[in-house]
Amino acid sequence: MYAFTYERPASQADAAKLAQAGGKLLAGGQTLLASMKLRLAAPEQIVDLGAIADLKGIRRDGNNVVIGAMTCHADVAESAEVKAAIPALAALAAGIGDKQVRARGTIGGSVANNDPAADYPSALMALGATVRTNKREIKADDFFQGLFTTALDEGEMITAVSFPIPKKAAYVKFPQPASLFALIGVFVAQTDAGARVAVTGAGNGVFRHAGMEAALNGNFAPAAIAGVKTDEGEMSSDLHGSSAYRAHLVGVIAQRAVAKALA
Amino acid sequence: MGANEFAKLPHIGESLKRKEDLRFITGQGNYTDDINLNRQKYGYFVRSPHAHAIIKSVDISAAAGMPGVARIFTGADLAGKMGGLPCGWQIHNPDGTPMKEPAHPVLAHTKVRYVGDHVALVVADTHEHARNAAEAVNVDYEPLGAVIDMATAKNAPALHDEAPDNQCYKWTLGDKAAVDAAFAGAAHVTKLDLVNNRLVPNAMEPRAVNASYNRATDESELYVANQNPHVERLLMTAFVLQWPEHKVRVIAPDVGGGFGSKIYLYAEDVALTWAAKELNCAVKWTADRSEAFVSDAHGRDHVTHAEMAMDKDGKFLALRVHTNANLGAYLSTFATAVPTILYGTLLAGQYTTPLVYVEVDAWFTSTAPVDAYRGAGRPEATYLLERMATRCAWEMGLSQDEIRRRNFITEFPYQTPVALQYDTGDFPQLLDKANKLADVAGFAARKAASEAKGLLRGIGYSSYIEACGLAPSNIAGALGARAGLFEAGEVRVHPTGSVTVFTGSHSHGQGHETTFAQLVAARLGIDPSQVDIVHGDTGRIPFGMGTYGSRSLSVGGAAIMKALDKIEAKAKKIAAHLMEASDADIEFSGGEFKVKGTDKKIPFGQVALTAYVPHNYPLDKLEPGLNETAFYDPTNFTYPAGTHICEVEIDPQTGVVRVDRFSCVDDFGVIINPMIVEGQVQGGVAQGLGQALQEQCVYDKESGQLLTGSFMDYTMPRAADLVNIQIDHVCTPCTHNPIGSKGCGEAGAIGSPPAAMNAVLDALKSVGVKDLDMPASPSRVWEAIQKAKA
Repeated sequence: MYAFTYERPASQADAAKLAQAGGKLLAGGQTLLASMKLRLAAPEQIVDLGAIADLKGIRRDGNNVVIGAMTCHADVAESAEVKAAIPALAALAAGIGDKQVRARGTIGGSVANNDPAADYPSALMALGATVRTNKREIKADDFFQGLFTTALDEGEMITAVSFPIPKKAAYVKFPQPASLFALIGVFVAQTDAGARVAVTGAGNGVFRHAGMEAALNGNFAPAAIAGVKTDEGEMSSDLHGSSAYRAHLVGVIAQRAVAKALA
Repeated sequence: MGANEFAKLPHIGESLKRKEDLRFITGQGNYTDDINLNRQKYGYFVRSPHAHAIIKSVDISAAAGMPGVARIFTGADLAGKMGGLPCGWQIHNPDGTPMKEPAHPVLAHTKVRYVGDHVALVVADTHEHARNAAEAVNVDYEPLGAVIDMATAKNAPALHDEAPDNQCYKWTLGDKAAVDAAFAGAAHVTKLDLVNNRLVPNAMEPRAVNASYNRATDESELYVANQNPHVERLLMTAFVLQWPEHKVRVIAPDVGGGFGSKIYLYAEDVALTWAAKELNCAVKWTADRSEAFVSDAHGRDHVTHAEMAMDKDGKFLALRVHTNANLGAYLSTFATAVPTILYGTLLAGQYTTPLVYVEVDAWFTSTAPVDAYRGAGRPEATYLLERMATRCAWEMGLSQDEIRRRNFITEFPYQTPVALQYDTGDFPQLLDKANKLADVAGFAARKAASEAKGLLRGIGYSSYIEACGLAPSNIAGALGARAGLFEAGEVRVHPTGSVTVFTGSHSHGQGHETTFAQLVAARLGIDPSQVDIVHGDTGRIPFGMGTYGSRSLSVGGAAIMKALDKIEAKAKKIAAHLMEASDADIEFSGGEFKVKGTDKKIPFGQVALTAYVPHNYPLDKLEPGLNETAFYDPTNFTYPAGTHICEVEIDPQTGVVRVDRFSCVDDFGVIINPMIVEGQVQGGVAQGLGQALQEQCVYDKESGQLLTGSFMDYTMPRAADLVNIQIDHVCTPCTHNPIGSKGCGEAGAIGSPPAAMNAVLDALKSVGVKDLDMPASPSRVWEAIQKAKA
């Protein structure tokens, strides 16, 4: 780790000022700290968001569940509110990393990082969530822009994520054997606006599967998407799976997710 | 004392809780990185980012002036001042010429030969300062082509001038003409191509060194995470530094796992010891995990074609094998023995195959050195033979059980056609017990239940044998070893009757502090709590060859038994004197010396006290004290054997293999602590299943970069990947050591991979898959199914 300065502001306003001035925001640190230890990242200043109380917490807001950006995965997994309203989201949070990761990692950090194999982005996309920042609200469909890229401006800070409550939803993850990140993760939801299917892990970033959504709008059942193809050209290919394998798995895992949503 | 008598003593066969675990589970272990010394600085190595390149220049000018830097050593600084790292085993080509043995410099001088090769050592006042300066060392490289694939190594750029075709040696064993003739007359020949996948050892504790120098005494002291400190010292002083051996003390304190990877003399160990003397200070270095991936000696990496000739009944007539073995960029300490002496000699297995011919081509490649890893050659031999046995069964229309039974060796001693003489064993009993333990009778019903869920189920057998207890020194020497392979032990009885034992074996997870204490306590009739075991310190232990090859109990324990024989003989004389009887009339049992045919007796403690307070003592005939040292050199290898049966369930939609059952029945001879043995088997099986189903070290064929350089891409088995392993034993005591033990440390890693792969292939038979190399990872299983469909 290279030397850096450390700030721990107590308010969103102070954090925003430091971020605007070039400070690197630290949420749970599950990616940033590891990158710094490996000397792959060398921020000059760390702005730790851990002391800002109003960035944490989970509340019901009408037909939405609103989760503060600094809420850790374990709190989402164990939240009675989330379990009652969107059990699939609680289950997703319970399956991120290991216990230590879930105790430190946060929803805001995960979403801002937009790792192509992260779990949360698929939930935001499939549930039609809204990302709230210190400046504006951004629809999930507009927020995620491929490999570690988001709609966030320089210095912009996520404050919360708002999830509309679906009729039915489920997330199924097929882990990459070594890292246990999603090799393929599929989040399916039956929402007021129709069926939504979001895929993570498979390619350069989370994406919605239009073909499957169309099929599920006709019939929300595994059989409806059994024949729906996934474009191999959009898939990654590496030691852990060829693009053909990934494309095939998207279909298998999506069917299992639909079955789970119906169970 | 013979093995049968020994096995009946108290504490033998008792699952005592491990003495060492109190400190380990309460965070009080004392590992090399826990040790801090006066005047301590930190070392950091500049490593090659290239697989193969000429070093045009090394510019340290910017780095040398950075904060905290004490000195930067480059290959040029060391060249001419020390030798290269030695290889401990010389192999000869069929024409009698020796293997190619190019220099293995401590710091690369003119060339780098793998990603991670050591180029410079920075010593600074803190780890961060050393690392910062290392980044500022400017090395000008001229990249050359990487040599990754053994199949094309011959025509690739030469890594070493001494080996223009990148070949280190060719080695053969057996009568080729006789084997070829047997094939000509065979009723059936089964052929098999397989890859034994390359592995990264990944001990929990990375390698670590804290080297110091004392100018006042001209003594160097080296704390190092190592499995054999005396060998480390011998190789370093005699072959590399050419310093007086007695001026260097090597201490391997608590060591967190080795699996072979901490046997070797590494460049870091020498460079840091040298630097400590140059700077008159201590220099500490602990590898981080990324460094461990690129610089620890890797394991396995064989590509093999094998053929088995059979008669019409499936009786093995002859085995013909060709193996390409990857040695990496340089010869690590025992690298050359692994694909030869520890491999070819095991190719008879448990079978009466009368003729075996094996040919091995060993190659230099621009990858990390490859050396012994848990099993070392024997897993490679077993994987080949047991995959072959199962394929032979299927091609002959026999069961996996039946083909093995038809070919088992049943009479002992048995001379194999590949140089070994098995002293004892009972292979049919191992197989019978394994069938019961694995509930093979219920397999068909379980398979039907899996199929009803859309899943495939398969069962796989592996009947392994290994040669352990390395080794009779004269035989090893005749086969090219440049070291002896005996062991030393010292038993120090204190005046109050408690005992400290100094053993040349080294425990880095094996539980010697408990097992050896049980052995000594049993012999002397005292409580195991009265016995402490000291290991891992050249300053305290007479000598030692260390721990590898499942040798600690059968060789190191045997040395302690010999020392105990001397203790007992002397103590009997003291007892005879005290009880005014003749030496010949003294019997010793249960911690008491008795005069035959009388009720006269005195306890062991009284004899011990008398030895040190010799007021009433035969000083004219006997020295005071009760402290004996013995060296033991075995007369043969030991031959642990067993049958492992694995049952897997496969999801054909995803390719995921789930191990559903794993059963082992092993013959380790006499067992002292069954709980510790069970732990060894579990750990070994976990590693074996890791190799079979998950682990794979991959270098990019073009760039030579390590693609699996972290746990993000290298799949280590996790607890959730495993199953509750069923364990049982057969005991045919080893006939030539006083304990009757055969060794258990490597068995799990040797027996399990073919059992798992045979199970996977059995399950995949129904979807047309005939061949699959390890690891049977989900994507590879799925790809194999697609290929079979096409």
